Amino acid sequence: MLHIFCPHCGELRSEEEFHAKGQAHIPRPLDPNACTDEEWGDYLFFRDNPRGLHHELWIHASGCRKYFNVTRHTVSYEILETYKIGEKPSVTEASLAAKKAVDQGVTA
Amino acid sequence: MSQVNRLAKGGRIDRSQPLSFSFNGQSYQGFVGDTLAAALLANGVDIVGRSFKYSRPRGIVAAGAEEPNAVLQIGSTEAAQIPNVRATQQALYAGLVANSTNGWPSVNNDVMGILGKVGGKAMPPGFYYKTFMYPQNLWLTYEKYIRKAAGLGRAPKANDPDSYDYMNQHCDVLVVGAGPAGLAAALAAARSGARVILADEQEEFGGSLLSTRETLDGKPAADWAAQALAELSKMPEVTLLPRATVNGYHDHNFLTIHQRLTDHLGEIAPLGMLRQRMHRVRAKRVVLATGAHERPLVYANNDVPGNMLADAVSTYVRRYGVAPGKQLVLSTNNDYAYRVVLDWLDAGLQVVAVADARSNPRGTWVEEARKRGVRILTGSAVVEARGSKRVTGARICAIDLKSHKVSSPGELLDCDLIVSSGGYSPVVHLASHLGGRPTWREDILAFVPGEGFQKRLCAGAVNGVFALGDVLADGFEAGANAAAEAGFKASSGSLPLVETRFEEPAVALFQVPHDKPTARAPKQFVDLQNDVTAAGIEQATREGFESVEHVKRYTALGFGTDQGKLGNINGLAIAARSLGVSIPEMGTTMFRPNYTPVTFGALAGRHCGALFEPKRYTAMQSWHLQNGAEFEDVGQWKRPWYFPKAGEDLHAAVARECLAVRNAVGILDASTLGKIDIQGPDAREFLNRVYTNAWTKLDVGKARYGLMCKEDGMVFDDGVTACLADNHFLMTTTTGGAARVLEWLEIYHQTEWPELKVYFTSVTDHWATMTLSGPNSRKLLAEVTDIDLDKDAFPFMTWKEGQVGGVPARVFRISFTGELSYEVNVQADYALGVWEKIVEAGKKHGLTPYGTETMHVLRAEKGFIIVGQDTDGSVTPDDLGMGWCVGRTKPFSWIGWRGMNREDCVRENRKQLVGLKPIDPDKVLPEGAQLVFDPKQAIPMDMVGHVTSSYASAALNHSIAMALVKGGLKRIGERVFAPLVDGSLVEAEIVSPVFYDPKGDRQNV
Repeated sequence: MLHIFCPHCGELRSEEEFHAKGQAHIPRPLDPNACTDEEWGDYLFFRDNPRGLHHELWIHASGCRKYFNVTRHTVSYEILETYKIGEKPSVTEASLAAKKAVDQGVTA
Repeated sequence: MSQVNRLAKGGRIDRSQPLSFSFNGQSYQGFVGDTLAAALLANGVDIVGRSFKYSRPRGIVAAGAEEPNAVLQIGSTEAAQIPNVRATQQALYAGLVANSTNGWPSVNNDVMGILGKVGGKAMPPGFYYKTFMYPQNLWLTYEKYIRKAAGLGRAPKANDPDSYDYMNQHCDVLVVGAGPAGLAAALAAARSGARVILADEQEEFGGSLLSTRETLDGKPAADWAAQALAELSKMPEVTLLPRATVNGYHDHNFLTIHQRLTDHLGEIAPLGMLRQRMHRVRAKRVVLATGAHERPLVYANNDVPGNMLADAVSTYVRRYGVAPGKQLVLSTNNDYAYRVVLDWLDAGLQVVAVADARSNPRGTWVEEARKRGVRILTGSAVVEARGSKRVTGARICAIDLKSHKVSSPGELLDCDLIVSSGGYSPVVHLASHLGGRPTWREDILAFVPGEGFQKRLCAGAVNGVFALGDVLADGFEAGANAAAEAGFKASSGSLPLVETRFEEPAVALFQVPHDKPTARAPKQFVDLQNDVTAAGIEQATREGFESVEHVKRYTALGFGTDQGKLGNINGLAIAARSLGVSIPEMGTTMFRPNYTPVTFGALAGRHCGALFEPKRYTAMQSWHLQNGAEFEDVGQWKRPWYFPKAGEDLHAAVARECLAVRNAVGILDASTLGKIDIQGPDAREFLNRVYTNAWTKLDVGKARYGLMCKEDGMVFDDGVTACLADNHFLMTTTTGGAARVLEWLEIYHQTEWPELKVYFTSVTDHWATMTLSGPNSRKLLAEVTDIDLDKDAFPFMTWKEGQVGGVPARVFRISFTGELSYEVNVQADYALGVWEKIVEAGKKHGLTPYGTETMHVLRAEKGFIIVGQDTDGSVTPDDLGMGWCVGRTKPFSWIGWRGMNREDCVRENRKQLVGLKPIDPDKVLPEGAQLVFDPKQAIPMDMVGHVTSSYASAALNHSIAMALVKGGLKRIGERVFAPLVDGSLVEAEIVSPVFYDPKGDRQNV
């Protein structure tokens, strides 16, 4: 009943059609054989745990079956944006800080 | 028994419709419009239960959701049982059967009560941490009796005959509570055209307007409520939900509303009607108009039946025509409580006295009471109630608020009803469910909702606005603002006039002092449902529990089904005083959904029984049913497990099926295995990257077994993939892994290798698969197909297209049993007919249907793994002895290659898959049995592996097993032991997992 905007379908769809698949923007190392065991372990197991914005992978499993990215706040659970694979998030901690500074009149 | 406490007239009940009901086996009468509590009080029932710890007699205290004592078991049959129903929120219906939830042999004469008197001193807070500790092995015995003694209600032992459902709703404004603030808010929002939902937990809308003595435009307040409702019910964008408790406020304005559709009609819903509905609402804006609960004062023996809330008695008199006593004493610290005195006098009953904690109260209602001859003792409070099963008197003393001491010996007045009022606590629960703690306002001595992270407004008493005129205005403004924020322009409206009344402020009083120190005075109850006393709270703080959350958990304050609605604020005020901190410094505990208990039925809705989980069936399901199959669940699929003949159990059936496959021919429904159609010029490259082995050179018409690993190098799926054309493959997966593998392929294609031109489509349901397996399978298949089955024309691990049973088919010559085997794939719509044709032709070849159990045994005899049974996510291909399947020289670093080369994956002594042959051929090892090398070692033993698959083998005449054992591949011939739970020991020899036909000749014939 929470509506999430699927960037491929181009419309809001019910949350039950989706599920989350973990942290986004983790590229597979191009040369795995050049990675040490520790580096490969980082790729396999270590993930960010932010109190704040989290950029994550979601799949529209009962819809178009495409993966996409979501920027979600881990405290308020608010979804701030959805964007396609390969794109960059426009809402980041830095952009929020900049907007806050403008709102507070610190900068223009 | 007649209704001794029913007033001759008055109330909103329908006196022309009497109802019979029973309580604790005794019959009583009430009227339509009563709550069960009102009817019990009308009949003079004092004791409704026994308290949790001390088993003290308890009576009805309140009139709404905040009732702590009248928690009853409802239901005349086993299936209709509902535990812990608040009698104050249960509408009376004909034939209602209610019982106390505790009290033995009865509530009136209870054995535990005696123990409570004697043993009470031995049960301070946390006594269960300090007593019943030793000897430790007796705890389970103690626990059984403690549970019996401290029970509340019981669960039914028969299925619920009622139906429930849920409904998703979206609205612009959700108004919670239909008292004056809520009705005003709903009017304002609805008039703007917004889509409004108005929900109230009570049987009727109107809230406090239904029992107040204040007038609106000079007329009874209930008239205005009826008018407002009439207007709202005519508006198409308004949804009215009575008997509907908004019980949880969740993220992003998602709220759950528990609506009782037919609880007021009978113990089971009338035929064709639902019992309850859960509304799941997503609201643009929420207006919380949840009102306030009156706080009782805390004084000695305040739990004896006949101690009630002032507001509750007003409600019983004015709304239900019930006077729960004859001689009333009021103990108060505020003006508003005086209305109960005036209501009592209006009903022609006696007010013995009022004890007002303030020194010189002169409010409008106070003066009116004085004028009507009521005796008011100022600077005083009821310090102690007298009586054991019913109040018989009240001791009123002068008290000094500053020093918190009694300052006079006081006087004992005869009475049978003590009503108290210590102030009003806004119902902040919903506002706080998402964590925003309420804030203390010293001016009204109350907590109001704190900062809201959600898009909500609060209006009326919940916001600390108490005067009726102000409440209506506050509600109207909130409704208009909510609608405006949701995009609807509100129109102005006029509100009814309320007579002005002069009211003086209250003084802070929570616990009334006693002549004796708290620990020695008679018990002063703070939380009635959990028997938490003021002394208990003070003791908790003395023992070092200083945080309000610790005080709560140590004393059980607020634990009960009433969530501490009447006790929590008093409790934290007492703790604050004991610690010498202010109330805001003490703070409140967390508020969590649900506001009042919700039945399991309402939560389950339709998702139970046959609708709990979808069941998936193959095209041949009807045949399986007709032929006596027993089924097992594989994921959401129902698969035939075995086909028992008359008199056979599982073992007999499986033994027969196995021998039939090895000696003649069997047929298996393999439709459930995942099938993924893969097309594209880069299909081969993609397969090379996701499988462990090589696919570049697989010719059209050939099939190959593939292992799939994750990036950590561990096996997670397997299957046979066939080359249909140079850029077209059909991949199969395990039944349970199909969806997972498809998502796996997609995530790599979409997020890592989008440049590869390849597409994936699930075709699991489109193709049905029937496997013919056994030495006679070629002969049988030849009768129903036009495909040339000659050994050289159709070799092992290839596929052919043709007709089977007159229907286009793909036939794959692959084998999971180790016998000559053909897997026939036809379009699912035609499959049943083809299956039947094969079965008919099979009669002369001894064709035997077999199920998953036989399939498991046959493949185990050949040492074939089942992913998820012989693997668990921690097993590499090399661990399985399947290094032959690993393409070590493929140019691309495929998924799993880097992972399986990590230091821990290539070390010595990893657990490896081996076969086990128990020394006793009749002993079948339990799957999961832990293995040791030395059975005589001391416990804890060094565990070296476990049994993954284990069966009795009819073909081999002895039991077999597969197991993961440390360094297993180098230990062939050694012995290993399985110490079992029952103390016995099974010895086995480590062998090759290929027990049967080790050269693999039989599948190649």
